[in-house]
Order: sequence, then structure tokens, then C-alpha cells
Amino acid sequence: MNAIGKQVLVRAEQPYWNPYVAGIGLGLTLLVSFVALGVGLGASGSTARLAASAAHALAPEAVESNGYLGSWFASGSPLASYLVFLSLGTLLGGLLSALFARRIHATVERGRGVTPRTRLLLALGGGLLVGFASRMAAGCTSGQALTGSALLLGGSWAFLVAMFAGGFLVAPLVRKEWLP
Amino acid sequence: MNLFDQGLLDTPFGWSMSLLVGLAFGFWLERAGFGSSRKLASIFYLRDFAVVQVMFTAVATAALGLAALDVTGLFEVERVYRMETLLGPQIVGGLIFGAGFVAGGWCPGTALVGAASGKLDALAFLAASMLGSLVYAAFWPQLEPLQRVGDCGLVTLPGLFHVSAGVVAAVIVAVALVMFALIHRLELRTQRTATS
Repeated sequence: MNAIGKQVLVRAEQPYWNPYVAGIGLGLTLLVSFVALGVGLGASGSTARLAASAAHALAPEAVESNGYLGSWFASGSPLASYLVFLSLGTLLGGLLSALFARRIHATVERGRGVTPRTRLLLALGGGLLVGFASRMAAGCTSGQALTGSALLLGGSWAFLVAMFAGGFLVAPLVRKEWLP
Repeated sequence: MNLFDQGLLDTPFGWSMSLLVGLAFGFWLERAGFGSSRKLASIFYLRDFAVVQVMFTAVATAALGLAALDVTGLFEVERVYRMETLLGPQIVGGLIFGAGFVAGGWCPGTALVGAASGKLDALAFLAASMLGSLVYAAFWPQLEPLQRVGDCGLVTLPGLFHVSAGVVAAVIVAVALVMFALIHRLELRTQRTATS
């Protein structure tokens, strides 16, 4: 391989964009979503629906008779929802951006205080809590903190404050996980 | 008119539009650096403020935009789907969510972007969050009565404080600017101690 070819391969990833530029881009995306779709952004609804349809394949009767999940199956598949397509787009948009910026690497991201195994266990534990809490609050950082706050909804601002409070309270307990 | 109030959101056209909006959403999250759990978690140790900077800039931009569209009569916010306030579940859910966010390093949207960037911890997080939503459904008979605690109906900040949406948006912008100024002072001080 010649020197130029090698240089292309090892070319470093691009820096992230300025947070205010990214914030304005995100805010305008949200505004377009309000005007064109009539709804804001969301993410946790689609993963819950994917989970429900996976559970349905294993135990259809139990899922259909469940008080929370049952209604999602009333009109066919829970995956036939705009929320699922919104998340497919999010995945694809993230992939394209990461590809252009040369930021795709198969890694377990962690601070230097933990092993990859511990980090994965904490990611599982955190995911469990977030999946549960997103159903309880009927939304996550996207649907509540971002969308609801921009719509000036009282409950979403309460969620936003509670979310940061929960994060700062638990942060000392997992300090090692994120040691720089 | 929008797809939601026309009942067209869950049609092939609505799905294609949602896919396009999602594409932009994922793009901006990744550009901001939110495909990295270390960057996201850093906000809880006050080492990197991008989460707050991006989130509040986005909220301020969208809120100002909505207020401007409303004043000019181009679009009314009443036509957007707005969730009712359930203070109990939103506060308790928010607290648990924050705990899971810092331990797991992701939230659902950023985990999608992280997974697309090859982060295996994002995949683990997503799989577990799916399980978490099923756990919630499994305990629905016990949780259902708690879901109605603090049911306040539709609560908006303009309604609560008897001011226009434009005033609330302006206050959000002002608070965001003060916060950003404080962040920059803090960053300057950290840089100075790092170099001295």
C-alpha cells in the first residue's frame, strides 16, 4: 500500500460540531416535526413496541391480555406506528453522520476505572431502569425532556428537573465507570 | 394542517415523513457527539456541558419558533399533540430515568445513535431497556393506580403563569444564556488550572 492510501485509512475522525450549532439544528428538526407531523420527537416508544412484538412471538395470549400492552395489538402489529419509523430514521441518520465523520468503531466505551465486563453490566442495569422509567413517565429524553419542554408542558419540565436530579444523585456511586 | 390532526400519521405517507424527521434527529445527535456514552455521562461530573448546551439550545429554538409561528398566525401550538401532566409518574419516572442514564451511559435516542456508531454498550443498553419496558407491563396491575397520582390534565407554563407563550420562550432563552455564560466561566477556570 502506498503512503497516500495508508493516510486515507488512518485519517482521524472529525471533531464534533459546536454544541450551539447542533442545538439549533436539533431545535429546527423538532419545529419541523411539530409543524409537519403534528407530534414531537420520541425514541423509547419504538423500543417498547419492539419488545412487545418480540414477547408476543413467544407468548401471544399473555401479551394481548396484558393491561398495558394489549391495546397495541388491537389494530394489528405494534410496529405499524410512526414511532418505529422515527427511530429507524434516527438509527440511519446517526449511521450516516458517524460514517461521514469516520466515527464508527466496534468498542465498549468506558472510563478507565472499570473493565469492559463491568461496563456492560452497568449498561444493562441502566438500560433496565431507563426502559421501565420511560414507560412510567410515558416518554424519555426525546419525548418528555426535549419535546415536552419545547411545548412548555408543566409535567415535562418536572420530568426534566427530576431526570437531572436522579442523574446527579447516582453519579457518585458510578464515578469509577466514567473516570477520564 | 398536519399529519396528526388529519389522522394520517400512521399511513405509509406518515411513516415516510417520520423516517425523514428521524434521519435529521439522528444526524444532529451524532454531530453533537451524543453517539458517545462517555461524553453523555460527563455532564453528571460537570466535565463536559454539551448535553445541557445542546438540549437547552434546542428547546429554546423550538419554543421561540413555535411562539413566532403562533404570533404570525401561521401555525397554532394547539394542533400539536400535547401530553397531559401526571406529576407522580413524571417525577418518579424522571428520577429513575436519571439514575439509569448515568449508570447506563445512554438514553433511548442516543443509544440508537451509539449502536449505529458501533458501541457495544449501546446495544446492551437497548436490549435491557426493552426488557425494562416489559417489566413495567408485567407489573401493570400494581402500577396502574400509581399512574394517576398527580393527574393535572393539560398544564402549560403560559397557562400556569398567565403569560403568553412568547414571554415563556423569552424567559427560557434568557435562562439558557445565563447558564451558557456560567458554563464558559467554569470551562475557562478548568483550563487555567490545567495549564498552571
